[in-house]
Order: sequence, then C-alpha cells, then structure tokens
Amino acid sequence: MSLSHPAAFGAYSGTGHANGETKPRQHVLDLDDFLPSEIASVLENTRAMKEVLKRDIKKVPTLRGRVVVTLFYEASTRTRISFEEAGKVLSADVINMGGSGSSVEKGESLLNTGLTLQAMGVDILVVRHPHAGAPNFLARHLPKVSIINAGDGLHAHPTQALLDLFTVQEKLGSLAGLKIVIVGDVLHSRVARSAMWGFAKMGAKVTLCGPGTLLPLDLLRPNGHLPEGHCLASVKVDTSLDRAIEGADVVMALRLQSERQDSGFLPSMREYIRRWQVTESRVASAKPNALVMHPGPMNEGIEISSGLAHGDSSVIEEQVANGVAVRMALLYQVSTVVSQASGRLSIEQ
Amino acid sequence: MTPVSATQTLARIPVRVLFCAATRPYAEYPIAKSGMHQVLMAEHQIMNPDDIRRALVRVAHEILEHNRGIEDLVIVGIQTRGVTLAHRLSRNIEEYEGNRVPVAELDISLYRDDLQHRSRPVIKPTSFPVDIRDKKVVLVDDVLYTGRTIRAAMDAMNDFGRPRQVQLAILLDRGHRELPIRADYIGKNIPTSLEEQVKVRLTEIDGVDEVSILRRED
Repeated sequence: MSLSHPAAFGAYSGTGHANGETKPRQHVLDLDDFLPSEIASVLENTRAMKEVLKRDIKKVPTLRGRVVVTLFYEASTRTRISFEEAGKVLSADVINMGGSGSSVEKGESLLNTGLTLQAMGVDILVVRHPHAGAPNFLARHLPKVSIINAGDGLHAHPTQALLDLFTVQEKLGSLAGLKIVIVGDVLHSRVARSAMWGFAKMGAKVTLCGPGTLLPLDLLRPNGHLPEGHCLASVKVDTSLDRAIEGADVVMALRLQSERQDSGFLPSMREYIRRWQVTESRVASAKPNALVMHPGPMNEGIEISSGLAHGDSSVIEEQVANGVAVRMALLYQVSTVVSQASGRLSIEQ
Repeated sequence: MTPVSATQTLARIPVRVLFCAATRPYAEYPIAKSGMHQVLMAEHQIMNPDDIRRALVRVAHEILEHNRGIEDLVIVGIQTRGVTLAHRLSRNIEEYEGNRVPVAELDISLYRDDLQHRSRPVIKPTSFPVDIRDKKVVLVDDVLYTGRTIRAAMDAMNDFGRPRQVQLAILLDRGHRELPIRADYIGKNIPTSLEEQVKVRLTEIDGVDEVSILRRED
C-alpha cells in the first residue's frame, strides 16, 4: 500500500526545485521543500558542528551580533534547551520566550507577537506552537525574520527529523536503501511526518506501523496514486509490527500518550503493549546491527521496553546529543539570508 | 558596464576557452558574475605541474632552513586546498629529514567576518591531531589575497591553544591586502588586478595541477 494522495499530510510539492538549484534558505518549516542535496549539506555541516561541541572551548563567533528568540507555546525540554545551547555556542544572543509570563497571557495574537519581535530586530525566530501552520503563517507575515519550526501541531518537526537522519547516517554510514520502521501513534506524530519526508528523500524505505486507529486514514486507502517518481511513493503502511520489523535497519518508536485510550483510539493499553511495543524479542528479527530510536520523552514499558531503551542497540541518547549540532547547522544555514533580508549587506564576492 | 549580445560575446572568446568548454564539465566553465550579466572569462595558465612541484620543494626547504629542522613544528592547512598543500609539504619535509611533521586541518567558515556576503559554504572537517600549544605553527593556504582568511584562521587556531609562533606559507600571493598580514614563504608572486580571478587546481581535488588567471576579455 502506498500513500493515496500527495496532500495526505497537507504537504505541497516535494519537487519544487526540479532544476537542481538550491536557493538560499530563509526559513526551515518542514523537510518537504528541502532538496536531497540540501539535506546532505546540512548533515555534513552537522558533523562539523559536532566537532565544535567536542572542543575545550565550545564557542565560535559565527552568529555574533545576531538575536535568536525561542518562542514556545508548548512545553519542551530537549528542543528548547538544544536550540538555546546551539545559538549560544555560535555566539548568538538567545532570548527564551514562553506563552505564560508574556503578553500572550493578555491575549496578544500570534501575529502581533511576531510583529513586535520583528520590530525589536530579532533575526531568527524558533517557534513551537500547538496549531499546525503557525510557523508558516509567521513566515508569510514577517519578511525580516527567519523562522525555524520547532514543532507545530500535528504537522511537522523538521529539526527532530534531521537529527534522526544524522544519527542514522553517522551510525550506519548511508541512508540510501535502509529500511526504517516507524511504529506507534503515527496519526498524532509530527515527528513521524517530518521523518518520513526526510528518510524518503534520502532514499530510505519507510514503513509506518501501528494500530489502524492511529494511522492516518488516507494512508490505509489502497486506491489513488502519487505522481510518478514521488519520493513518498516508497512509504509503506503495515498494522503488524512483527511483519514490518523483519529485516529493518532502524526501528523508531513513537511516544504514546495515555489519553489515547480514553479517547477511543485503543481498546486497552495492554493490547497495545502486546502487539506494538518495541521489545528485545521483536528487534531480534530486525537486522543484527539495527538501531533503536525514540524522539523522546519516552514512556518506558509502553511503546518501548526499558531494557531496549537503555540497551546496546539504543541510540536514544546520541539522538539528544546530536540535536544540538543539527540545530547549530540549521542556525548557520539560515544565518546568511537573515542579513540579506534585513538589507544590511548585499555585496557578493 | 554595457550589456553585450550573445554573438558579440561569442566572438570575444578565444579559441582556447571554447576548447575548454568542450573538455571540462559544464560547472567548471569559467564565468564571472558582473552585476546582472554573466561575462565569459579567458583563462591563462601561469603555473604548470612542474612549477607547482618546484615551488613546494623550495618552500619545504625554506621552512626547514628557517626553523632549523622540524622540532616543535606543526603544519596547519586551511580547508580545502590549503590542506592538500599542507600534506604535500609534510611529505616533502619527510623526504629530506626522515621524520614526519604533523598536519592539522582547519576550516574557517565559522570564523569569517564576511559570512553575510557569501552563500553558505559546506563546512569541511577541522581536526587537530596534535596539541599546538607552544608549538611553531606553519599555516598553509593556496592563495593570499585580502588576508581575511588568514585572520580568521589565526582566530580559529587560538581556540585550540596558543602557539609559540605562527608562520604563513602560501602557494600564490596575488596582492591587494586589506589587513596587515604577510607571508613568510611564498610559492610565487603574481601581480593581479581586482577584476581578475585566480584559480588553483590540485590533482587530489581537481584532477590536475595548475594555477591560472581568469581575465575578462574585452
């Protein structure tokens, strides 16, 4: 079964740069508008950033004088802290802003908050928002600011996807041809949506797995086709984890929120654990060197067994460590465009 | 600058460049950006493989002479062609002295003061296999021009330790410094105008050893 419709995840065309030219990037909203070559250069820069993080003096002057604001309307530990660390290692001035304790509590709209920050001369705005499309909305209305999506609703989480790509590439050498199984609450997962785009664009074969109620409906419909050669045509859907995991190179478990049982998506948590928990015995039928991943925060004993989460095949801690380097690479990637957009410099060598 | 028609432009290309177009991949075809117009450039070779080899032999000997051997010496190549040259110099020195001089690799993209002007280059690896604290460092790059790359390299190096002394070896000095920086070892001095471009090609990266000047044909 393949994806039924290109708009299955509300995505616009992934073939927008057919001529192979990469324009300078102002925003990072999702991976669907990234060329494979652009993803490859972000991953290469991530490796360089990782080297910076291993130095005695973890500081480079790249973003000196730039202001980065993290605007988080949702709770977050790793994404927010890693963006803050990434900005500070690159010498940017990082300001954290949350929904509570700011004018958002007084009812200020997203647009007005954005306009205020733009007027203050903010260069890069890192946004997390419970509503899908909030970063895209800001990108349309704030011409002088670079927007980086740190997770919006059920839509996208591109920085998490890129760090997953980097972790897999670093461990297994290459992404092309790998079998990636993403298992769990795919329906409510922005991580799965972005990771699917990223892995598919780099030539990996993605299988989405989980109970039928937690898979996007349009993925289950067999009729309808993607345009010829669309990268998502390689994405498969399977409701049986035991079948999907056979020969997998990577098994990524997604977080299952306990509210899902109350709202009727699952008959019982015990059934979910029995059929879809990623366990040692299940991973035994994957490839011998298969990686176990989780975007965090984990519910150990529900979507993943404790032994596996902290076992040898787990790269969950590496994922977190790579998160800082990936976000440094993205801040570097958008940093140049920022100064052009704000009209500070226009000379080209 | 007045715009030129396609036929006019074609008439100005020397036969050599037209021939290059047929033998080199399209991406390497010499084109200079000039406002909105793309102007074809003529390419003149100024160093052939033997010239480059001899220059590096001499520079290696000068380094040894000046430092009286290889004690406490570290060669630091600036990505990308500086790294290639650094390895060649280290091999040359090993031939004469019997011992290897350690080579470090340095990418200065994160230290540039003109990052805003440029498209984002992909960052190449930085690796310091040896401690440079209290060592004599020879920085190596292919072309010395404004001096800004060297300034960035010295900033970057300081993050890895404080060398006792920093010397600079370059294959080509084309003048037009914007900072008070000079080279200690120079492969070749080439007076250039600001309109010209210098292209260094090395076998390890470009498949051929040569240095040429790209000059606008009018």
